[in-house]
Amino acid sequence: MNAPLPGPLADNRRLDRWVAFPAPGQVTILTGRVEIGQGVLTAMAQIAADELDVAMTRIAIRSGDTEATPNEGYTAGSQSIQFGAAALRQALADIRALFLEKAAQMLGCDARELSIVDGQILRNGVSSAQDYWSLAGMVNLAVDATGTGARKAASEFKTIGASTARLDLPGKVFGAPAFIHDMKLDGMVHARVVRQPNRGASIGSIDEAAIKRAAKGAIDFVRNGDFLAVISNDETAVDLAGAAAADHVTWQNVEAPAASQQEARWLLQRPAIDRPFGAPPSPDAQATERFEATYTRGYLAHASISPSCGLALYKNGHLDVWTHCQGVFPLRAALARELGIAADKISVHHVQGSGCYGHNGADDAAADAAIVALQKPGIPVRVRWRREEEFVYEPKTPAMVVTVRALLDETGKPSDWTQEIWSPTHNLRPGGGGNLLGALALPNPPPAPPPNDVPEANGGGATRNAEPLYAIPAKRILHHLVTETPIRTSALRGLGAMPNVFALECAIDELAERAGADPVAYRLSITADVRARAVIEKVAAMARWDANAPAGTGIGRGIAFARYKNKAAYSAIVVELQVDEDIRLRRVWCATDAGLVVNPDGAVNQLEGGIIQSASWVLKEQVRFDNGVASLDWETYPVLKFSEVPAIDVELINTRDEIPLGVGEATAGPTAAAIGNAVSHALGARIRDLPLTRERVMAALLKE
Amino acid sequence: MPRTFDFTVNGKAVSVSLDNEETPLLDVLRNKLGLMGTRFGCGLEQCGCCMVLIDGEPEKCCAKPVWSIAGKSVITIEGLGSAERPHPLQQAFLDEQAGQCGYCLSGIIVSAKALLDRNPSPTRAEIAAALDSNICRCGSHNRIMRAVEKAAAIMRAGGA
Repeated sequence: MNAPLPGPLADNRRLDRWVAFPAPGQVTILTGRVEIGQGVLTAMAQIAADELDVAMTRIAIRSGDTEATPNEGYTAGSQSIQFGAAALRQALADIRALFLEKAAQMLGCDARELSIVDGQILRNGVSSAQDYWSLAGMVNLAVDATGTGARKAASEFKTIGASTARLDLPGKVFGAPAFIHDMKLDGMVHARVVRQPNRGASIGSIDEAAIKRAAKGAIDFVRNGDFLAVISNDETAVDLAGAAAADHVTWQNVEAPAASQQEARWLLQRPAIDRPFGAPPSPDAQATERFEATYTRGYLAHASISPSCGLALYKNGHLDVWTHCQGVFPLRAALARELGIAADKISVHHVQGSGCYGHNGADDAAADAAIVALQKPGIPVRVRWRREEEFVYEPKTPAMVVTVRALLDETGKPSDWTQEIWSPTHNLRPGGGGNLLGALALPNPPPAPPPNDVPEANGGGATRNAEPLYAIPAKRILHHLVTETPIRTSALRGLGAMPNVFALECAIDELAERAGADPVAYRLSITADVRARAVIEKVAAMARWDANAPAGTGIGRGIAFARYKNKAAYSAIVVELQVDEDIRLRRVWCATDAGLVVNPDGAVNQLEGGIIQSASWVLKEQVRFDNGVASLDWETYPVLKFSEVPAIDVELINTRDEIPLGVGEATAGPTAAAIGNAVSHALGARIRDLPLTRERVMAALLKE
Repeated sequence: MPRTFDFTVNGKAVSVSLDNEETPLLDVLRNKLGLMGTRFGCGLEQCGCCMVLIDGEPEKCCAKPVWSIAGKSVITIEGLGSAERPHPLQQAFLDEQAGQCGYCLSGIIVSAKALLDRNPSPTRAEIAAALDSNICRCGSHNRIMRAVEKAAAIMRAGGA
């Protein structure tokens, strides 16, 4: 009798896609999830240690490889633990059961007499002289999962739930070659791409002699249509050539984003596809009062600390690609589609890069390497983007305009809620049909994908977290999917959740103020979900929330809450800050219910990181346009510095729940709104446009 | 015509021959000497991923021409310690799990080493100010600052 399988296991049923016993004493876990700085591989090893009853030290992880691992799509959306862990646990439980069955058969006993300690099989607590490795040759793992193996109960967890040191951290603090940037293949050449400014732009002229002079070393050119690269075995030479090329290559049909297109409100009058969700249009009649406010957020960059990097080798008709992208299988499909090679002639291997926080340049850098490699068969090619190239050409998270309209009942609580959103797509990943940048410069470039966004069943893109979790009788979303954008937009940590939660949680504070209510008490008065109530109450207690703290003193506190995607972790945040010339964060408190937590310290690290990154977005970040992207480096796109980071207290509650809930993106929205609410409290004036710059603070004060 | 430059890296004498004397020290470390621990982040001396000690001073080396290093002493992350003999800073970073993606850590640990060499008892604000020459994008700042405080205490107690 088979049992239903968790999604990723149903998609990858063969058990030998999940585990191998390569040598005595060793276990290899195969996972489609990839390390992007979030610690997922350590969590997977913890899970394997418990489900297989082996020591962590025996476990090696192989991740994200089209030739070896399960296809789990993208490592994104805070889903690795929430869904991926369930799949791995069930696969390993099935595998453990098969080994116990084989051992029972060998020993002529009942499997119930057997247990496993660090891979050794015990019969009634005594060594049976059998272990995983002695039996591995006799247990056929080339079979489908049945879902019948008994997963460990929470009471049996030893490693799951214990804070566990990251497996990848030692290499990084000792300066080992830990990243894709550090890979060296025999005979490798370095390449830099002379980027096509936009789809449809074509090369006018190339002053090869000038570029060669600038390189101060031997370089060659590789060209296919309007795809142009410089290659050399001297990385310094291609760096110099790549930087100089801007002055020595002319382009026709250039379209550059204009300064006038920079702000979110530019989106309001653009062509769009209207996507309504939720309650039918509201009958306003009974409402005694109405509220309306509009909130905006500009374009943001992922701004990964390392520029993107990719390696490729085309040899004997087969293309191998090494990448730090979030999905090796979708990238393989896109390479096949856009470069015209059969997918079974392409292997894609994940190697760690720096934190990506979503769809940065990784896929495109891999495609660049592949395009060059196809022109240079037999020669391994390494492409590393330049810093400016990363800032200009990585997909940005879209600017968004969010208007909240609420009808209020006689007690000042919302009876009807509309969240109207103007946003370009959050989904131009290659797996969502998005193009690979380099392919657009090839002869016969692939067509642009039809406008789409992340399906609401997967949490939505622009609509993510647009529906309040609060008990409001009627809720609706109206999404205008803007189809004309000045730059390429795609997924960044949380997608639409940050602007949506910023809008709705600031609106809730505005409603509380109008009702003369304390923001914590007001939220609790419209919250039925007990887990939501628990994190709000917890964070208020942590921060010693004072309902009577006066507003307008220059020091402010704000609270905000969200359940990420309304189906992952619950997080409530309190921010304390000071506003003088600038906004200075003083303290942040966070209470999170992520259900079962595999690695508590790892989860806290992710929550802290989300708080700091969101604070950076809110206080400092916006991509500027000025006849092209004008945010080119860390001076023109500043991010939060060490001296600007607040003290942060995070507490996890309900960690022994059966079901894990994704945490990686849970704090992005609540942090943004809590800062917005705290600034309003400090100033006695509301700022609804992000980022909260000094100019906006001054303008808000003058208006008051 | 290649020119030869002599200097020391992590206490060892090295001699490199280069056609382009403007080649950044970072490229020499990574591509000529095989020391991959010093990372490329921007090439603009902004992010601090490439921080090394040059004659004891913390310096970004992604745009530092190799000719300017001749005769000097360079210490990289590999020169601080190893898994077998970790520097107190490296051990403290592991103890505090101070990192997420870890790409910035080599440069940050080198900056912290320079700080503790000149100020064995830095305040949190002094640590933050010293590390403002490095960027961490994942948001591990507080763990990193805790690790530096911890390493400082261990080193003051004679742990290194």
